[in-house]
Amino acid sequence: MNAASPSRAGWALVLPLVAFIVIAFLAPIATMFLRSVHDPEIADLMPRTRQALAQWDGAGVRQVAFDAVSADLQEANATNQIGRLAQRLNREQNGLRRLIDVTARQLQQNPDTQLARIDPGWSDPDLWRILARVTSPWTGRHLLNALDVTVTADGALVRQEEARRLYVDLFLRTAWVAALVTLICALLGYPYAYAMAASGPSLRTLLLFLVLLPFWTSLLVRATAWIVLLQRRGVINEGLLAMGLISETGRLDLIYNMTGTIIVMVHVLLPFFVLPLYSVMAGLPTSYVRASASLGAHPLRTFARVYLPLTYPGVAAGGLLVFILSLGYYVTPALVGGRTGQLISNQIAFHMQRSLNWGLAAALGTLLLLAVLLLALTLPRLAERGGLRA
Amino acid sequence: MVIACPKVSSAAVLCLLIASGPASAADALTIASFGGQYTASQSKSQYDPFTARTGVTIKSVDYNGGLAELTAQVRSGTVNWDIVDVELQDLDRGCADGLFEKVDPAQLPAGSDGVPAIKDFVAGSLHECGVGTVIWSNVLAFSDPAFPDAKPSRIEDFFDLERFPGRRGLPKRPHAILEWALMADGVAPSEVYGVLATPEGLDRAFAQLDTIKDQSVFWETGAQMIQLLADGEVALSAAYNGRVQSAISDDAKPLKIIWDRQIWNADYYAVVAGTHAKNTAFDFVRFATGTVPLAEQTKYIAYGPVRRSSQPLIAPAIAATLPTAPGNFNNALAFDAAWWTAHGDAINERYAAWLVQ
Repeated sequence: MNAASPSRAGWALVLPLVAFIVIAFLAPIATMFLRSVHDPEIADLMPRTRQALAQWDGAGVRQVAFDAVSADLQEANATNQIGRLAQRLNREQNGLRRLIDVTARQLQQNPDTQLARIDPGWSDPDLWRILARVTSPWTGRHLLNALDVTVTADGALVRQEEARRLYVDLFLRTAWVAALVTLICALLGYPYAYAMAASGPSLRTLLLFLVLLPFWTSLLVRATAWIVLLQRRGVINEGLLAMGLISETGRLDLIYNMTGTIIVMVHVLLPFFVLPLYSVMAGLPTSYVRASASLGAHPLRTFARVYLPLTYPGVAAGGLLVFILSLGYYVTPALVGGRTGQLISNQIAFHMQRSLNWGLAAALGTLLLLAVLLLALTLPRLAERGGLRA
Repeated sequence: MVIACPKVSSAAVLCLLIASGPASAADALTIASFGGQYTASQSKSQYDPFTARTGVTIKSVDYNGGLAELTAQVRSGTVNWDIVDVELQDLDRGCADGLFEKVDPAQLPAGSDGVPAIKDFVAGSLHECGVGTVIWSNVLAFSDPAFPDAKPSRIEDFFDLERFPGRRGLPKRPHAILEWALMADGVAPSEVYGVLATPEGLDRAFAQLDTIKDQSVFWETGAQMIQLLADGEVALSAAYNGRVQSAISDDAKPLKIIWDRQIWNADYYAVVAGTHAKNTAFDFVRFATGTVPLAEQTKYIAYGPVRRSSQPLIAPAIAATLPTAPGNFNNALAFDAAWWTAHGDAINERYAAWLVQ
């Protein structure tokens, strides 16, 4: 009893945190996973059609299916959902909005009209194959669309038409940007962290303050400040112009493109690299370096053979942190990325907020999260095997 | 809430239920509109006078058009916005989707000259689900110092990077842009929507846009568009005429409007379905779309009122800056909201993809 009580009290203490993580973190992620493969919207709007087509073998449309569609459209008419249904179907197959609108209007006037008489489109067996597919609540099409693959009427997988093909490119672009940002952070952050670790207490405080200062500033304020600096008539371009280094027509495009995204992301993410690295460097005994020097090694050799390997854990931790944070970056590309500096998260936001294609947004989010999980699980192990743990 | 706390006394449960029930007369309204100068003009001519008269405070929220946020609110049953300022294509769509309360035009006040509302509002500005407020226009605007010699004056000049070099500003949505692309490519205004409805016509519009893609900067909000023009980030931009006019008259920015092939559209107030403040919301709509508030709004932004009775109240200097002024309206094209409702989904998606490709 005595042993059990403190443990129960202990559990009670962590309960708020566990509840918080479940409610605010695990549940939304589970919902996202579910949404990427489960999309019952059309099935709910066309319950009879779904039932009529559930066991359909794909050969010859029976009267019962026509009646089901007719009844579903009339109900959607009555409940003011026809616009929503037409929009949803149109997303699956361009042109269906017109067919649904025309048919629904006819049915409103004359409920007994045969569908095929309203529009010849209803005699097309491909249309029924599409209907059979989209009225099923479980679907892989969002995940396929997120990989620029689409399903034809007869069920074959083909690449998306070229004008709509962009997600694979965007995933690759995002990974490339994340790698580049990580590399630049490492090149800038390593000497800085070393300077912090090597300097005296007062200088160290100042350097630490300089790293943390942007950390404490709002993301929006920092992005706006960068716009003032980098734009065509911004501080940097005007300065270069005044010094005669560029001409009036040769102003540099430093923002509203990929350059802008990378510059601002490096600035925002640099502290995430410097701080873990500094904590590793600060913990290293200076005796190793002195030992190497007293044994006659050149300072460069000492650095490459002794100091650098000892700081690998800090580099790995900082690098992984920056890389993974970069993969999900959204605000910065939206503000300073212009057209070419957009990343995959901006497309997820587009489908969440503007196109309302939540299934596709969830599928893109799921793929991104899986990529991050894969990296988070494998990279530290790879680093360990490669001797990065020193 | 009742399920979550079974031990709460029944009196407390009752209190909770009463507190969360719909209020009969609201003392606050939330109105979503397009922000910046536009919301400021509504605030000065409509929100503030309404608060002074009724004591109802108005919370203003900015949004960027489109029905996404609204749909999410209505479908999840958590309606935070009571009234939305919408463009016609969103009003049509939202009305069909049941997002808005129906409007009874007989309830609208007559014009100050006694003409009943149904005759006072110009054609098309009374909708089943909304009440019109202003006529505004998609125009081109340029930064005057960016073109020291010849000034751009026609829609073709927007796509002519040789004669008029400089970066172009484009919105992140395709409305009016595709129409302009086709007109600049030689399609007659009366045929624009017919051509755009064909796959070849759409490809042709995008091909025309491709010619300026590398020189384009894309903006999301009207405020951003003005900032890009005023900072010299873009030389020539697609724009909303009222915002540009405000920047010229209020902030003395060196900007100019090109009225050639302006594409005009209207804005409406619509009451969100399921709001707890339905009655108060309609009180506001009736007040704000009255003769005087609509005429007052032109003092703060150059958008034309949809009530005929408001026209005589507008100062001549302001009237000349409105899209509907005779010199400006010569070859204007009416934005076809019904066309966009029918074709918009696929085009919006293609435009968004075109942007990042």
